[in-house]
Amino acid sequence: MPSRPDPTGECRSQMALADALRVLIQLRRPDTVVVTSMSASRQWPELCQHALDFHYVPSTMGGAVPLALGVALAQPSREVIVLTGDGSLLMNLGCLVTVVDAGAVNLTVVLLDNGRYEVTGGQKTAATAHRVHFAGFAQAAGFPNVAQFGDAVMWRDRAAGLLAAPGPRFFWLRIRPEWENFALRPPCPMAQQVDRLRRGLANRHGGDQGGNGS
Amino acid sequence: MFFTGPEIASALAELGVTHVIWIPDSALGPWESTLEGTPAFRLVRICREGEAWPLAAGLYLGGASPVVIMQVTGLFESGDALRNALFDLRLPLFGIIGARNWLARDADDSARRFTLPVIRAWGIPHVLIAAEADKPKLAEHYRRCRRSAQPGLALIGEGGP
Repeated sequence: MPSRPDPTGECRSQMALADALRVLIQLRRPDTVVVTSMSASRQWPELCQHALDFHYVPSTMGGAVPLALGVALAQPSREVIVLTGDGSLLMNLGCLVTVVDAGAVNLTVVLLDNGRYEVTGGQKTAATAHRVHFAGFAQAAGFPNVAQFGDAVMWRDRAAGLLAAPGPRFFWLRIRPEWENFALRPPCPMAQQVDRLRRGLANRHGGDQGGNGS
Repeated sequence: MFFTGPEIASALAELGVTHVIWIPDSALGPWESTLEGTPAFRLVRICREGEAWPLAAGLYLGGASPVVIMQVTGLFESGDALRNALFDLRLPLFGIIGARNWLARDADDSARRFTLPVIRAWGIPHVLIAAEADKPKLAEHYRRCRRSAQPGLALIGEGGP
């Protein structure tokens, strides 16, 4: 569904959430684990179904990066991508330091920054008015590979190279808020997701069910 | 402190723990160098206690056997993360929790006062180690929780006279 224009007139980016995610869906390897949260948990399953997708709903806000870090440490031979929002990351900025200290070279943090608490209806975060530089946080925490994009074409053109660079990686994607269809619903019961991911990870070749794309 | 660093490290290694998620207090802190130097498991430092439970959840989902170590004040701080991991994700995570001032019976410490009421309110199976003779309870409770796929806490009394 096409997004309505930002009624506040404050939108910083024209990158749609779906466009940002499609790039990752195209590039994710069959054995890569993807942890989604918040608005990504709504959109990703509409675009892609995969045995190694974990849609962290219901969550503890700010917990997606630590959860993905745990998977990355337990499964060092797999790549793990975590999709988090700006409101969530603001609740738990210290996790960036934890990721670097843990040496999770197989972890990619993708920040989907729409400047909003989207799933609660689009309220501003404390950072919205100040153009907070999230890539600067990641660089200061010691992430060796940090990039930022507000344009879907540039993101698409550079993502493959960035994902191949040594981790942990931090990609700050400035996306436009969804002003409709923002409500967050669990894509499937958590018990099913836990079971599916554990089975997928127990398979050494992991996650060969479902493939990419919709 | 009832356990020395080598004692706790040996116990965790024997239990098959693979990762220790760690934020110290002054009583648990002396364990750090031994925990860090024990090859049987990996020490993972966190910045705030709310990170601990989703991190442990991810490790567990990935097939590891994590243990969380923090003070009871950190358990209070991390309540929503604990709720989510134990009751939404229903994962059998285990924590070793320093019970601040538990042994200082005259201490006017709200952390001490709320320790057991809060843990009972969560309904988490727990043991309290408040004397030397209680030390075997830690391993016994861990094994019991693993067998029954239940979460669990071992409270370690701190702050003796």
